[in-house]
Amino acid sequence: MSSFDLIVVGLGLVGAACVDAAAAAGLRVVAIEPGGIGGGATAAAMGHLVAMDDDPAELALSRYSLALWEEFADLPQAQFSRCGTLWIARQERELDLIDAKIARLADVGIAACRIDAAQLLSLEPALSAGLAGGMLVPADAVVYPPAVAQFLVDRAAARGATLMQGRRVGALQGGGVILDDGTSLQGPTLLTTGCALGELLPQLALRARKGHLVITDRYPRIVHHQLLELGYAASAHGSLATSVAFNVQPRPTGQLLIGSSREFDSTTTAASLPMVRRMLARAVEFLPGLRTLQALRIWTGFRPTTADGRPYIGAVPDRRDLWVAAGHEGLGITTALGSARLLVDQLLGRVPQIDPTPYLPARAWP
Amino acid sequence: MAVNGAGQIHLEIDGVAVSVPEGANVAAAVARATPAFRRGTQGGIRGPLCGMGVCFECRVRIDACDHQRACMVPARAGMRVQTLA
Amino acid sequence: MLVCGAGPAGLAAARAAASQGVRVGLIDAQPRPGGQVWRHDLRFGTPGPARRAVAAALAGADWLGGASIVAAEPGELLLERADGAARVRYARLVLATGARELLLPFPGWTLPGVTGAGGLQALVKQGWPIAGRRVVVAGSGPLLLAVAAGLRRHGAHIVAILEQAPAARVRAFAWSLVASPATAAQALRLRLALVGVPYRCGEFVQAAHGDGRVQAVTIHTPRGRLQRLECEQLAVGYGLVPNVELAQLLGCRLDRSGPHASVATDARLRTSTPEIYAAGEVRGVGGAAAARIEGVIAGLAACGADAAAERLRGAQLRARRFAAEVARCFSLDARLYTLAAPETIVCRCEDVPFAALAGYGDARAAKLATRCGMGACQGRICGDALAALGRYAQPAAAAPVFPVRLATLTDIWSESQPVTST
Repeated sequence: MSSFDLIVVGLGLVGAACVDAAAAAGLRVVAIEPGGIGGGATAAAMGHLVAMDDDPAELALSRYSLALWEEFADLPQAQFSRCGTLWIARQERELDLIDAKIARLADVGIAACRIDAAQLLSLEPALSAGLAGGMLVPADAVVYPPAVAQFLVDRAAARGATLMQGRRVGALQGGGVILDDGTSLQGPTLLTTGCALGELLPQLALRARKGHLVITDRYPRIVHHQLLELGYAASAHGSLATSVAFNVQPRPTGQLLIGSSREFDSTTTAASLPMVRRMLARAVEFLPGLRTLQALRIWTGFRPTTADGRPYIGAVPDRRDLWVAAGHEGLGITTALGSARLLVDQLLGRVPQIDPTPYLPARAWP
Repeated sequence: MAVNGAGQIHLEIDGVAVSVPEGANVAAAVARATPAFRRGTQGGIRGPLCGMGVCFECRVRIDACDHQRACMVPARAGMRVQTLA
Repeated sequence: MLVCGAGPAGLAAARAAASQGVRVGLIDAQPRPGGQVWRHDLRFGTPGPARRAVAAALAGADWLGGASIVAAEPGELLLERADGAARVRYARLVLATGARELLLPFPGWTLPGVTGAGGLQALVKQGWPIAGRRVVVAGSGPLLLAVAAGLRRHGAHIVAILEQAPAARVRAFAWSLVASPATAAQALRLRLALVGVPYRCGEFVQAAHGDGRVQAVTIHTPRGRLQRLECEQLAVGYGLVPNVELAQLLGCRLDRSGPHASVATDARLRTSTPEIYAAGEVRGVGGAAAARIEGVIAGLAACGADAAAERLRGAQLRARRFAAEVARCFSLDARLYTLAAPETIVCRCEDVPFAALAGYGDARAAKLATRCGMGACQGRICGDALAALGRYAQPAAAAPVFPVRLATLTDIWSESQPVTST
């Protein structure tokens, strides 16, 4: 039988969450993935579950999704570690923003508190002296996305979802897709391809925003929270060709994961050592002790990016039964679960739990 | 702790004085004190495997710096080495 | 010109290039030249041929010892030393990065006191206490004899040398040495140095046992009988694996016809990357004699002295043929690839047991799911073993090719001045 209630194209974390949500809703789902499950941006990601308050639409989606992430707090393979996020202000004037941030988070039920310079150093003794203070969001956490993606796919399969791994969608056709081996599948189609969206749907092509990460050997108890500079949001929402922002994560293994960088228009997956240098130079300004640590590996990942920075979650205009959930930039892990629910609710004509308007593909349709 | 005229180097392994010939590596010094260099992630004791800087099983803390390959570091007078760090 | 690696191949290349008037930098991560086979011995010094080769090379080259090559940009290598980092430019490069030992997993292989065969030799040469200790030397190839003789010279008690190749093949190989007197003489010297030490063929170590360190090994003998030998050290080596990581980083095409990659070259030892040549074990395991000849060829060819290089081709091919014959005689018994039990740790850095890899079709999927290959050795030990077992291809190399201080990655484009080489 080649007819399904939903065809999901791409099994990164967003696709996996969509397959899981669809199967849970009783739909007959088939998922197509040419490579590994969670093998693209999902595998490159930091796995930071973070409440970002700078854009109201992002915040609404994040809050919705973060509540759904709690289900996985005790799932062993998720490696859920509630280390919290500590946002850091280098200068006094950045502290002025904090009260507003705390208020915005409080409005959506996320606890955050102001941290002064002395508290900052007592929370994180490894930070350099002279930082002005910051904001702590204690409920934020770190997870291991590839394993969660696999779990979601396995759960969906247990509910009858069909997996076609090692296959690729060659083209969209009326009422379905054609695979690379000529197989034709019929049914409403959901594109969760990440950066590759433009290959099947050029009108909603995404830009790939390359990021670098460096991981160290095991150094437990040097850093206790995920640390970000307040300027991170400007880097993420900005449109500079290249930018770096301090972002360091303590992994459950005791390794430190160091980011972040953003650049458009790089065509190679290879790491750029000058970019890594820039990123690390920023990091050691906040954590001077990083200099003596051993780096084991450097890798890159590509954030699928839309023009306004918000993902596409919803129906593709002018097409019947074609849907998209892609373009999450650096928030794909945080918002995957909420995106999936939001999409499946729209698919089934149910009232979504949050306003879907900001993420509708129609806003960007030519 | 110092180098004496007979070409011996004196250093400390886990607080215990050890001496090795000049030119020896830190692994040679550790081996005079203990077979245990590091712990695996599940707690198993490990010592050098490859002897040539590839396997990283000989990692110890030298003078407060972690993850030093004992087989690649020449022993120096007064070094403080900690195993199972 | 930069020569990467100061073993027999690198030393020969440095000398050959210097003889052509080229400015040469010779780089090695070890503090002294010699590589593995010519490693300086604290007690007994450097072997004669090695001393001469080192002196000749250093006479004409800048020695950059204790320098780990961690990354490369076009025309530049990034080095890390104990005291800092440096960028070194090159117009031409000779890759002589040699090979590492192939270590196959078996129950008990993670016990302290279990090392490679070449591995224990390297440790002992740098002061490892071995006098009076009982050592079982096992694995494959003539290297075992050299290792055992060296250890004995340092006072070790060699319990036995266990060669996995069947006795008939080893005997045939020994007879074939009659054709090359120099090698035969060397073999005889080794045999004499090992009088009284049992040399048993068709035997391999099945497991190591002990509490906190190796105390005994279980041997599989030709008639299928198991035997237990007590020892303080087990030195077990199953051959060599070329160190191709730097070559990969530089974009050189690799020869993947066997389980372990080597660097592909043309007849003049040029790699697929312009201005980069390769010599010795990195081109495929070929022994010290081939390495020396290829070092000269690569050093000359890289300087444009093609005619001189060409004259050595015959000797090179003969040396390589001999090495191929050795490899054939000592090829590994299939049972060596099935020694690991389900609970035997395969990825030592991350404690991943063999059974955990079941169901993962490639190394990357296995890595993401089990952490196999995510550790400090960057997937070298487990990757080599799993490739030998026919399980996964070796993982691709990326910068940093060795773990590196973050300070190195941060400083490398700022204050440090590049050292220019021609």
